[in-house]
Parts: sequence; structure tokens; C-alpha cells
Amino acid sequence: MTVTASASKVTQPVQRWLVIWALALTAVLMMFLLQDTIPWAVNYPAGAVVPVAEWVSALMGWIKSNLSWLTRSITAVLGVPLDFALDLLAKNFKIGHGADAYVLPRLSWVGVCAAAFLAGHAVGGRKLGLLVGGCFLYIALFGQWTSAMLTLALISIAVPFCIVTGLFAGIWAWRKPWAERLVVSPALDLMQTIPTFAYLIPMLLLFGNSPVSAMIATAIFATPPMVRATMLGLSRVPLEIGEFSDMAGCTARQKLWRVLLPSARPTLMVGVNQVIMLALNMVIIASMIGAGGLGYDVLLALRALKVGEAMEAGLAIVALAIALDRLSQAIAHKQARGHIRQETTPGVWRRHPNLSLAIAILIATTLLGLFLPAFAAVPKAITFTTAPLWKAAVNWVTINFFDTIEAFRVALILNVLNPVRAFCEGFPWLGAVFLLGLAGYQLSGLRLAALVAALTAFCAVTGLWEKTMATVYLCGISAFIACLIGIPIGFAASRSDRFEKIVTPIVDTLQVLPSFCFIIPVVMLFRVGDVTAMIATVAFAVVPAIRYTNHGIRQVPPALIEAAKVSGCTPRQTFFRVQLPLALPEIMLGVNQTILMALAMIIICAMVGTRDLGQEVFIALSKADSGRGIVAGLAIAFIGIVADRLFNAWTAKARARLG
Amino acid sequence: MTDRTEQGAMQPDTGSRPVKLACRNVWKLFGANAANFIRQRDGKASMADVAAAGLVGAVRAVDLEIRQGEIFIIMGLSGSGKSTLVRCMSRLVEPSHGKVEFEGKDLLKISDAALIELRRHRMGMVFQNFALLPHLNVLDNIAFPLSIQGQDRTTREARAREVIELVGLRGREHFYPRELSGGQQQRVGIARSLATKPEIWFLDEPFSALDPLIRREMQDELMRLQTMLHKTIVFITHDFDEAIRLADRIAIMKDGEVIQIGTPEELVVNPATNYVAEFTRDVDRAKVISARSLMRACEGAEHGGTVAPEAKIASFSADIVSAGKPFAVVNGTGKPIGEVTPQAVIDLLAGIERAAAGT
Repeated sequence: MTVTASASKVTQPVQRWLVIWALALTAVLMMFLLQDTIPWAVNYPAGAVVPVAEWVSALMGWIKSNLSWLTRSITAVLGVPLDFALDLLAKNFKIGHGADAYVLPRLSWVGVCAAAFLAGHAVGGRKLGLLVGGCFLYIALFGQWTSAMLTLALISIAVPFCIVTGLFAGIWAWRKPWAERLVVSPALDLMQTIPTFAYLIPMLLLFGNSPVSAMIATAIFATPPMVRATMLGLSRVPLEIGEFSDMAGCTARQKLWRVLLPSARPTLMVGVNQVIMLALNMVIIASMIGAGGLGYDVLLALRALKVGEAMEAGLAIVALAIALDRLSQAIAHKQARGHIRQETTPGVWRRHPNLSLAIAILIATTLLGLFLPAFAAVPKAITFTTAPLWKAAVNWVTINFFDTIEAFRVALILNVLNPVRAFCEGFPWLGAVFLLGLAGYQLSGLRLAALVAALTAFCAVTGLWEKTMATVYLCGISAFIACLIGIPIGFAASRSDRFEKIVTPIVDTLQVLPSFCFIIPVVMLFRVGDVTAMIATVAFAVVPAIRYTNHGIRQVPPALIEAAKVSGCTPRQTFFRVQLPLALPEIMLGVNQTILMALAMIIICAMVGTRDLGQEVFIALSKADSGRGIVAGLAIAFIGIVADRLFNAWTAKARARLG
Repeated sequence: MTDRTEQGAMQPDTGSRPVKLACRNVWKLFGANAANFIRQRDGKASMADVAAAGLVGAVRAVDLEIRQGEIFIIMGLSGSGKSTLVRCMSRLVEPSHGKVEFEGKDLLKISDAALIELRRHRMGMVFQNFALLPHLNVLDNIAFPLSIQGQDRTTREARAREVIELVGLRGREHFYPRELSGGQQQRVGIARSLATKPEIWFLDEPFSALDPLIRREMQDELMRLQTMLHKTIVFITHDFDEAIRLADRIAIMKDGEVIQIGTPEELVVNPATNYVAEFTRDVDRAKVISARSLMRACEGAEHGGTVAPEAKIASFSADIVSAGKPFAVVNGTGKPIGEVTPQAVIDLLAGIERAAAGT
């Protein structure tokens, strides 16, 4: 189409696409109706399945047998700092073997709680100190101390590793645009869309069932935000600051380390916060391959359907998550303050009073622990347990509301879930490839069309079509409900400051919670099955829908709203004719995020008995069948990539139209 | 004709000083294969040629010489290429063609190491948006260029305190940039660029981000510093009033080309193009034009007083009008070279154009 096309013909392309879509849908419908004559177009023929899974298994087997010297040495090297951290925080140091082993104590729980309080106090004042210290005290008093410290030890080793790796990868990508385009960006996309479960299988295979493999999986999963933050931070440093460093005569190295990176600190710290939260999330999930800690407690309790214990451990995870998140956010926002009076350089003690005090308390309490057992381990006498309470609550609910809940559950399954499921699973694979390709072509062009069609076809030719569609159905329905709930809440929050004040802390907390935590309370009420998976997924994925909608409406320039008012728009007209259209790209971005989060969550919900790709990965994990697990993992990632690319193309188009 | 020769002879202070920095047919084109394009044409191309090749000409065929100790102002509207030109002079931007000579040496041919040395010790730059490092306090920001050179803490902090004193920021040493006002931030920027005792000082729209009142104050501050330091200054601005207040000489740029170089008075009296005339139209002419430009040959009438040829009209306009008699313009030796009539001064103040004065 040329630019010179006259204005009167502008409507034509829209009508043309309408006709094309009508034809395409008819064709797919025909395909469905004629499935007796052309069954290969609806269900992928079993004989033609490409055995990708077997190839991957063979490859992994080869790696395992030929590169074991490498994986073993990696395990040994990484094991040293990890064991140190585990001993220091949770397990005590054992020197020597057997009965005559000499035991050095771990850090005292009293000291760690005090250090947590002081850390909060140093970066965010008394309030934050009390919050962080309180979270740790909660963990201690509720008898989760050792598990929580195991988890914390893993995080404290994985996070620095992620930060350093992410920083260097980000710098490399920033320096070399070709590296960013060809290596880093595609790798990041894949790393973030492959479900967490799928990481575990090759790790399990290569590094065995140990904390080290859990740590490596965690590191891989949690690094991408640091890479992105580094790239973003460096590219956002004002041009003049770079020019200044050149004019001051900085060498390339001085420019990077002394000017650009410190100037990018706020963005980098946002990355660090995200790394910490992702690492926590992953360490919990990695308990399946030997990470131990709180995640393992939840897993055991869930498997035995001990909801009380699961809830307790889950709450300890929540406490740890909140403490780590608030602490790292406060560090990110902390800015040094100027002062008028000149100081003479004081001693270490005066310059870092909180740090010195924390170290002193840690040493003192740990030494005390040698003589007073109450300092070494949390005394049984002062711990609480709420497990019976939770169990009683669940029992009470079950006894009194069983019929209501059951009716709700059955109605949902019969009227909503099953029909959608039947529709999705009966959808002709060829038709899906065709329709998605067409959408890609309309939104962006031939390249996107080819990518989308190829990725969709992958799911079919590997013989996973039915399971793929089961995932799509559950994910789609959950994301749809999440949007149905989240977008109106976002609208309400954008129109009322008071409501926003109530919503924001809830949303913030929901966002930091590891995905495991969402399953526990739902399982208590709805037992295992698709309904549980759906409700947990909705709760997990609702956050971006709320947040982006609120932000999108609020970022509409006030001048435009004033212009609308001056032209005599009623509030309703202002909202529908000005705010909503301008906020639409942002809202669509939120929907996109919601879909991706729903996908990630649905996979984890395999634990509560879904029948989709997640279950495939879960089974592969328990059988250590790497090929099966990785192929299913790739299929999940491809669903995510297809949804993400189509949505992004759509958003980009809407953005371009708004200018 | 005699005036011209007089003028040339009467301005020894800038004309005879050595050239510090010179641009010789400097080009900066953006686009694919820009350097080849201009080299093949031997450094000559019209605006149409450049556009036809699909390139953007940010700086085109610039020739200028900046002399030791002068304030040389490059003036132009946004997009005229003035910022790119000043970045070509310090090689922050690599020119596509031409020579930039620093004390006669071609800057474009020296090695990276030599360029770093040059920038560390002999060039300084002040930026429009200050470009202060957000993680360092005032003292460390100012000492930063010295620390890059490897000076130890006591030496560099002593020097930093000297320049802090110089720009009047004493007591703010331990504040962070975000805690300072815009004017104070730019004082830090100025102090930082002076810490290394540069010989040539690039100021890229240093006061454009400041409020008008603060801007005026900072211009006075710059003049005060210049009377003490005598730097060679290349000053970029889009504000003609600012240019006239500060400049020894002004280069006016449009679409990447320098269209006129001259003293403020030359630009006002003899604008090369309508574009220049447009800029100078609203200028307070009495403050720019000197007695020499307004004088005519003596007609023997009695004089009410004497003025130097460089004296601006504004400095004696009230006296001459109240005296009602022409003033003699005398050169350094006391010899009259012409006279200025009250009517000419009144016409100038009233903005009335008559047949050119002084012929």
C-alpha cells in the first residue's frame, strides 16, 4: 500500500481483513466438521510424531556420561561456599568425622534476629527495623527457624552469583549491540518463559539431587532481571554524563566503573531486588531437587495433605519474602544525605554503628550459645504451633460449608471448565497453526507469522497437542478471569486515591509471594483438581492486570483531561473517549503479563493434579526423564512466546496509532 | 576606507593573539558512508548534494579560529549544529572531514592516549544539564577529574577546596547534587571543569537550564572569573542577549553553517544576511555600537566633549544630548579622528535609520 492512497480508501483494509478472517474461521470450522474424512488435520497422527524427546534424552545422556568430570568439578567448587553458608546459618560446622568430630555452632537465632532488626533500622528507620526483625522473630517462634535459614543460606549464595553474572552479561550486551540482538535478548526471553519446573530436570540430571543443583537452577532463573536492569540502567545514564567522563579524560574502564555504573545505581538496585525475590521463589520450587528448607516442608506437607503444616511453612515463606523485599527496596531507595559540618575521619565503629553492633551481637550471642542452649536453638518451650488451629479451621469450614463449596466447585467444572476444555482439546491443530499464523501476519508481517506458526506446529509434531491445549484452556480461562477481576479493580484504583491506598499494599504483597504460597489455602478448601489450579492461578496472575490498568489510566497527561473537560465532556465521556483509548496499550501490556504469569502458575499447579503439560514435566521430573521434561518445557515456553509476541505486536500497533 | 584601516589597527588585543584552536573546513554528516561522501567531493558539497545523498549535515564547511584568551561564542537556534560543532572541537564527536587544530596540531590525528592526556590537563567542559555524578558529594564531584588522573586524596581535595572557594560554594562541600539548586549545581559544574586548570574551556549552553535571574547572576560570575583566569573560552548559546553580554566575538550558525563571525558591534552594524539582521533587530543598539561606528568626519564645529572610539554610545548618550553639541572622537594620542553629533545619537536611540552614518 502506498502513502498516496486517497483518504476515501482508508476503510478498505479493515473490511478486507474482516472478510479474510471470516473465510479463515469457516475453513477451520469445515476442518472440524470433516474430521472423519481428514482426521490428520484435527488430531496429529501418532505415526508422524517426531521423537524430539528421545533425541534430547540421548543428548543429555551423552553429556552426562562424557562431561561428568566437568559437572562434578562444578559441584565441588560451588559446594564450598554453599556448605559454608549452610553451616553458618543452619547446620553447625562439623570438623572431623564420627564421634570425635568437633562442632562449631551456627549463628545464634537471637543474634540473627537482632542483626535483621539493625539492618532494617540502618536503611529504613525504626519502623522497617521492627518489621524485618519481627518477620525473623516470627519465623523463630513458629518453629521454622532451621528450614528458613537453609532457604536463606541458599539465597545468600545464589544472589551474589546472579548479580555478578547479570552485571557482566548486561555490560557485554550494552557494549556490543550484535551480542544483545543475537545472544542476550533471545536467551533472556527463553530463560524467562521456560517454566521453573523445566529447569530442574537437566539440573537434576547433571548435578544430582543436592543443594548445589538447586542453587544452579536458582541462579539461572534469577539472573535475567539483573541483565535487563544493567542494560536499561546503562542506556539511561544521561548522554552528558558520558561526555563529561570523556572530557575528564577517563579511560574506557574508568568511564564504566567510576561514572556509568554508579550513575545507574537506582536502576541496578531495582534489578537486585527482583533477583532476590525471584531467587526466593525458585529456591522454594527447587526443594524438589534437594534444596531443602521451607519449600521442602511445604512439599512434604502438601503431599501428605497436612494442610496445617503446609500453611505454617507457607506463612514462614511469606514472612521471609516480606522481610527480604522491604529490606532490599529500602536499600535501593536509600540515598546518602549531605551535611554541613565537616567531620574528621572517624573510626569504623563510628562510621558504621549498625554494622559494628550487629557483628558484635552475632558473635556474643553465638558464643553464649556454647553455654546456654537457648541461644543456640530456639527452645521448644517458647515456640508456638498454629497447625492444629489451621486444621480445625479447615475442618470447621468443611463441616459447615461443604455443600456450598462442593456445589460451587461442581457447577464450575460442569458449566465452565469442561465445555471450554472440550472445545480446546477438539480444536484442529492445523487450524490453530493457520489462524495464529494469520494473526501474526496481520499484526506484524511474514516473520512473526512464520515464527508463531512454527512454534505452534512444534507442540503438535512432538505429539503433545492434546496436553498443550489442556494447558491453553486452563491458562486462558484463568487469565481471562484474572483480567475480569483485575481490570475493574485497576479502574477503581485509578479513579479514587483512597481506594488506591488500600489496593497498593495488597498488590505489593501478592507480588512478592512465591507462587507455592498461593496453592496452600486453596487446596485446603477445594482439594486437588482443576478448580484449585484455576483459583490459585487467578490470585497469582491478577496483580499485573490491576497494576498496569491503574498506571495506564493515571499516566494520561492531565492537560488532555483538562482539554476534554473544557470541550464539555461529561466524566463518563472523558473516561471512555479520552482516558480509556490512551491507556489501552498499557492495559494490554498488563493483560500480556497476566497471561504469562498465569502460564507460569498453571505449570506449578501440576502439583495439585492438573492434566496438562505441567503434569508432563512433573512426571518427567519424578522419573528423571530429561527428554520428556525438556520437550514439554519447551512447549510451555512456546505457548508463552506465541502469546507474548502476538500481544506485543498488537500493543505496538496500538501505540503507533496513538503516536 | 580610512575607517577600515583604523578599525584594524585599533583592535590589537584580539587580532594579534596566537590562535589556540582552529577549525579548517570541518564537516559532520550523519548517515551511511558520510565520510566517503565528503572525501570524494574533496570537502565541498552544497546543501542540496548532502540532502540528495540521504545524509544530514549537522556541521558543514566550518572555518574558524579561536584566539588565546578570548570569549568566542557560537550562537544559533536549536538544530543549527552548534552543539555538534563544539563536540567536534573536543573530538567527543568525530568529524566526517576537515581539520581541528589545537595550537597548530591536528587533533584528529593524535592517538587515543594523547587525546586522554590532552583532555585531562588542557581542556575543560561545562554541560547544559550540569552532568554531575549523582553518587558523589560536591567535594568528590569536583575532585573527580583529578582522581581520574591518579592524584592522591589530600592533593586533589586541597585543589578542589580552592576552586570551591573560587565559585563561592564554601560550606556545601558535603552536599549531594540533588540537594542543591540549579545555579549551585552549575557552580559545581564550573568548579569541576576548572579544577584541572584547563587552557581551553568549552561551555555548552551552561546557563540555558537556569531561571532568567539566576542566569544573569551566573553570567556576571563568569565575567568575574574570566577577569581573574583569562581562559580561552568557547561558549555555546541560543540566546543572543547572552552572546552580546559576554562575547569578544560571535559566530552565528544556521543549518550547520557558520554564516557570520564578528564582534557584537560588527554583527549589529553590518549583518551579513537577513537572518543575522533578524537576530540583531531587538538588541539595545546603544549598548553595542561604539562611537567609532557612529562618527562622521569633523566639520569644524565646536565640540562639547571628547570620547574614545571604543566607547559605547550608551556610556555618553545622556551627556551628549544634554550638551547639545557634537563630541570629538579622539584616539589614544589625543588626535581627533571624527565627531559624533547629538542628532545621530538621538536617531540611534529612537531607532531611526538615516543615510548611513560615518561616510
